[in-house]
Amino acid sequence: MRFMMLMLPAGYAKATPDTRPDPDAVAKMMVYNKSLQQAGVLLALDGLHPASAGARVTTVDGKVKVNDGPFAEAKEVVGGYWMIDVSSRDEAIAWASRCPLAAGDTIEIRQVFEMADFPAEVQKAADGFQDPRQTAA
Amino acid sequence: MATDIHRTVEAVWRIESPRLIAGLARMVRDVGLAEELAQDALVAALERWPESGVPDNPGAWLMTTAKHRAIDQLRRKKLIERKHEALAHEPEFAPADGGLELEAMLDDDIGDDLLRLIFTACHPVLSAESRAALTLRLMGGLTTDEIARAFLVPEPTIAQRIVRAKRTLADKQIPFEVPRGEERDERLASVLEVLYLIFNEGYAATSGDDWMRPELCSEAMRLGRVLTGLAPQEPEVLGLLALMEIQASRLRARTTSNGEPILLPDQDRSRWDPLLIRRGLAALERIEKLGGTTGPYALQAAIAACHARARTADATDWPRIAALYAALALVMPSPVVELNRAVAVAMASGPEAGLALVDALADEPLLRNYHLLPSVRGDLLSRLQRHDEARDEFERAASLARNTRERSFLQQRAAACADAARSQA
Repeated sequence: MRFMMLMLPAGYAKATPDTRPDPDAVAKMMVYNKSLQQAGVLLALDGLHPASAGARVTTVDGKVKVNDGPFAEAKEVVGGYWMIDVSSRDEAIAWASRCPLAAGDTIEIRQVFEMADFPAEVQKAADGFQDPRQTAA
Repeated sequence: MATDIHRTVEAVWRIESPRLIAGLARMVRDVGLAEELAQDALVAALERWPESGVPDNPGAWLMTTAKHRAIDQLRRKKLIERKHEALAHEPEFAPADGGLELEAMLDDDIGDDLLRLIFTACHPVLSAESRAALTLRLMGGLTTDEIARAFLVPEPTIAQRIVRAKRTLADKQIPFEVPRGEERDERLASVLEVLYLIFNEGYAATSGDDWMRPELCSEAMRLGRVLTGLAPQEPEVLGLLALMEIQASRLRARTTSNGEPILLPDQDRSRWDPLLIRRGLAALERIEKLGGTTGPYALQAAIAACHARARTADATDWPRIAALYAALALVMPSPVVELNRAVAVAMASGPEAGLALVDALADEPLLRNYHLLPSVRGDLLSRLQRHDEARDEFERAASLARNTRERSFLQQRAAACADAARSQA
């Protein structure tokens, strides 16, 4: 089963757009990343620019609204993610527990939906897409 | 609480056991004994951790515990003093802080040990099914019960298979090593064969009601990724991984919610897993850089990639697939490859051209009971509007298929041909 480990670095919500990670922290993280890779569980990973360089797009009363970062209301923002393939939620937790976290950093673990996780009616709704005659070529 | 700890210990075991067993096997030179020692350490963890809590570096804890037991064992067996002292002077694992750095330092060593472990588990002295079971047990950290369920075999059968395999390795005094030169290539081929067997057992289960057992696919891919890390310069290791990942990208699109198979041209390609496809295509690029595009797994991966790149079934580059099958037939001549080539040729140049190749395989003894031969022939005949003959072929294919889902699918195709023949008449 696939899990996304979302890294919520301490203070990243307030980080300025030019904030870059500390080389020592990166070196430690690379050791960790390598251990995920060598165990064959790592599918993908990425680090994200600070939220202050990003934007939030929402709709208000049916109209698209764009807010540039930083986002005053956000306490925690995502700083990066790992996509891993493991045999259980406990294994995902065990992997997250090995991450070299700085004080206040948080990793949130979220399982990726598989078709079998959906109730029958949702699966059925998705089933229509399987008929090639119903999809534009 | 106790069950929480129990599950945590199981998760730690799954992560640590291959490295644990590999490191111990280097010390005691016996994978069977190494596994028992590792199991003892697991039992000790299950006893101690509920009270003491999970240590900060659980892997190091397990290794230290197992090593002490190994030294006790060796002492009891009165092995020669020299060996005993060498073991006693091996550096102990550092405490929790700095554990990661130490792990990194040990990585090279443990990498060699893991490679030795997988080569030993896949030794050709063992039957293919024993190799698969032992590999899942030693390299995958799976319990005998899990392996038994995955292979739809009673647990005692798997347990016995593993015990016998370990005994064979000990009796034949198979050294715990990675062979060199030509023997290395042969043995690597055996390792790849075992991983692909595990994958295929999951991808297209040969018997039973479930058309696929995805956990086995996941496990084979996980082991494939481990192996690409251990032997990064081997294009065929990358080739097998790319092949498995691209094939697995279609797992979600291969069956309806009722479990009925959906054939490749009818699959909804938006359901293919883009992450696995991207990984597979990236591996193929690395194979090109390594200059290994002519290996059998690399070629099969390249064929799978042709499908992955096509946004619709009609956009498939069939001439390229036919050419890749022709190249594959050179390095891995087999009637099954020839049958696949026939399908590709039929798609590239029309059903008659394909049928000519299929008919050349009619007397092939290896395909006598292979349901895909009549199934392919039936498909080509029906496209040539020869529905009566097509029906006979599909009926024959259905009688040969061992998987219940596949059988009912072939019976449906036979019935459709019968209908078409009636409306033709």
